[in-house]
Amino acid sequence: MSEPEQPLAHFVSDEPFEPNRVEAMSPAQERYYRASQWRMMWWKLKRHRLAVISGAILGLLYLSTLVSEILAPYGVHSRHTDFIFAPPQQVHLFDQGRFVGPFVYGFDYSLDMSNLQRDYSPNLGQVQPIRFFCLGDDYDFWGLIPGRFHLVCPAQNGTLFLLGTDRLGRDMLSRVIYGTRISLTIGLIGISISFTLGIIIGGLAGYYGGWADAITQRVIEIIRSFPELPLWMALSAALPVTWSPLWVYFGITLILGFLDWTGLARAVRSKFLALREEDFATAAVLMGASPRRVIFRHLLPSFMSHLIASATISIPSMILGETALSFLGLGLRSPITSWGVLLNEAQNINVVALYPWLMLPVVPVFTVVLAFNFFGDGLRDAADPYR
Amino acid sequence: MFGYIVHRLLVMIPTLLAISLIVFIIIQLPPGDYLSTYMAELQAQGEAVDPQKLAYLREMYGLDRPEWQQYLYWVWGLLHGDMGYSFAYNLPVTQVVGDRLWLTFIVSITTILFTWIVAFPIGIYSATHQYSWSDYGLTFLGFVGLATPNFLLALVMLYFANTWFGISIGGLMDDRFIGAPWSLAKFGSVLAHLWIPVIVIGTSGTAGMIRRLRANLLDELQKQYVVTARAKGLSPFKTLMKYPLRMSLNPFIADIGTLLPHVISGSAIVSVVLSLPTTGPMLLDALRAQDMYLAGSFLMCMSLLTVVGVFLSDLALAALDPRIRLGAGSSK
Repeated sequence: MSEPEQPLAHFVSDEPFEPNRVEAMSPAQERYYRASQWRMMWWKLKRHRLAVISGAILGLLYLSTLVSEILAPYGVHSRHTDFIFAPPQQVHLFDQGRFVGPFVYGFDYSLDMSNLQRDYSPNLGQVQPIRFFCLGDDYDFWGLIPGRFHLVCPAQNGTLFLLGTDRLGRDMLSRVIYGTRISLTIGLIGISISFTLGIIIGGLAGYYGGWADAITQRVIEIIRSFPELPLWMALSAALPVTWSPLWVYFGITLILGFLDWTGLARAVRSKFLALREEDFATAAVLMGASPRRVIFRHLLPSFMSHLIASATISIPSMILGETALSFLGLGLRSPITSWGVLLNEAQNINVVALYPWLMLPVVPVFTVVLAFNFFGDGLRDAADPYR
Repeated sequence: MFGYIVHRLLVMIPTLLAISLIVFIIIQLPPGDYLSTYMAELQAQGEAVDPQKLAYLREMYGLDRPEWQQYLYWVWGLLHGDMGYSFAYNLPVTQVVGDRLWLTFIVSITTILFTWIVAFPIGIYSATHQYSWSDYGLTFLGFVGLATPNFLLALVMLYFANTWFGISIGGLMDDRFIGAPWSLAKFGSVLAHLWIPVIVIGTSGTAGMIRRLRANLLDELQKQYVVTARAKGLSPFKTLMKYPLRMSLNPFIADIGTLLPHVISGSAIVSVVLSLPTTGPMLLDALRAQDMYLAGSFLMCMSLLTVVGVFLSDLALAALDPRIRLGAGSSK
C-alpha cells in the first residue's frame, strides 16, 4: 500500500479469448459436451441393439406402406375363383437337382366329395418361375395413378400364393401388405391425437394446478375406470352404418385417440407439477413470459424425449385395439383391408383346423407390437439422463 | 384411516354419476331406438307394423319422453337395484345379467390371481438374475403374451385342447349344468372350463406386471440397507425375502386398478370367441340391437366393478403402506 491514491491501470487484452487454453478438451470430449440432447439420445439408443433392430423393422414396414401396390404380387381385390382356400406355395430354387432360380410348383386340385374339402397338392411337373420387376395386376397407385408394375409376379398363367388364399381366392400376402398401410397408420394417427390432447390437458392441469388440476384428475379417473374394450365397442357401434369405410376408419382412429390420452396427460401433469417449481421456470415467469411460452419453450423440451418414448409404447395397444374391434366386426369393414379385417375371417374354429394360413396376419401384428415395445423401451432408456 | 375411507367413498359418488351420464349418452348416440330397429326388422320380413301398437310400446318403455327424463328414470331405477327392461330378451335386465355378471366377476378374480402367481416368481427371478439369458428369455416370454391378440390365442387353444386332450372347452361349464342350481359338481365343472379363458386373458397382463416387479425390486436391491444386511452376513434368500420384496410388492396391489379394466376388456372379447356366458357376447348383441337399458346397465355394472375394485385396492395399499395412508391424511 505504497501509493493508495493511484488506481491500477485498466487492462484489456487484445487477444481473442480462448476458453480452451485453460482446460483443453480432447476432440472426443468436445464432441460429447457440445452434443445436443437428441444426439446424445441417439448415441445411447445405438448401444441398445434390440431397440435398433426393432426400430429398423418398424422403419422398413412404414416405408413399405408407401409402395404397397408395387410390393404386393397381386391386387388387393383380385379374386382367383379356381384357387379358393389354396395353401401357401413354397419357393424352391432347384428342380430335380437343376438350378432354376426361385420358382413355385403349380397346384393339382381335387374336391374331396366326402367332406367337400378342397385338396391342393403341388404338381411337380409344373415349374413356375417367379418373375421380378414385371407387369401384373392393374392398380391405382395411392388411388390416383394407374399402373401395372410389380416387384414380383407369378409366372405367365401361373400362381404365386406365398401365404395361401382366402375364401374368395384372394392372395393373403398381397392383402397383408395392403393391410399394413391401414393398421400401421391407425396407430400413428391415433397416437398423434392422444399425444396432442395429453400434452395440452396434462400441461394445463400441471401448470395451473388448483381446480383445473382437480377437474382433470377426476375426468381422467372416470375415463380410466371404463373397461376399454366395451367402451370402444359401444362407441364404434354408435358410428353410423351409412358412413363409407374410409369415414369409419377415421372414426375408429378418433375413438382410439380420444380415449388414450389419459396416461400421457398424467405423466405430463406430474412432470409439470415438479418442474414449475424449478428456478428456470420461475425465472421465465418473472421475466414476463406468457404461460404458453413457459410451457412450450421452457418446460416441455425438458422431458419431450421421455414423452415420445412413452407414446411409442402406447402405439401397440392401439394397433391391438383396432385388430380386436375389426375382429368383432365393429371396426373396419371391407373393402378397407387391415390386419384385423383379415383376422375377422379366421374367426371360426374350422379355420384353425382346415385353413391355418388364414391366421398368418397375426404374424405382422405380433412383430409390430413386439418391435414397438422393444423400440419404446430402448427410447425410454436413452431418454433417461440418469442411466 | 377412517377419514381416508370416507374421503374415498365420497369421491366415488360423483365419479359414478358422471360415468352413468357418459354411458347413457353413448348408448343414445346411434340414431333411432330399439323400436325403430325392431320395426325395420319386421318390415324387412314383410310383416305389417301396427302404428298403434308401436305407439303403445313406445309409451310403455318410456321412449316417448325427453331424453333427460329417460336418464333420470334409468338412474333412479339403478339406485333401487332396478336396471331397467331388456327389449330383446323381454325380461328385466337384472334377470338377464345376474348370473353372467357373477361369472365375469369369477373370471376376473381368477385371472388376476393367475397373473400374480405367474408374474411373482418370474419377476423375482429376473430381478435377481438381471441381464442373464434366463432374464431375457422370461422377459421375452412375457412380451410374447402381450403381443399375441387374445382372441386368436383363445381360438388356437380351443382347437388344441380339443385335439390333444379331447375336451371341449367352449363355454364356462358343461351343458347339463346350465341353469342348474349351484352345486359342488357345477363348481367343479366351472373350474375345469375356467383355465383357458384365465390363461388367455392373463397372459396379456403378465408382461407389465413382471416388468414392474422387476424394476421395483432392482431399485430396492441397490439400496444401502441391502448391502448392509449382506455385509452383516444375512443369507441372500433371507435378505431378499425380509425387506426388498415387501417393498416391491406394492405394484401387485396398486395394479388391480389398472388390471381390472384390462381383464374385463379381455374377457369381453375372449368370451365372444369361446362363447362364454359372460358379458361379452351379450353386450355385443345389445349394442347392435340398441337394446339400450341392457347395454347401458351392463356397461354401468362393469364400470362399477372397476371403480369398486380400484377403491378396494387403494384401501389395501393404504393398509399395507403407511406412507400412502399418512400422505393422504396430511394432504387434506
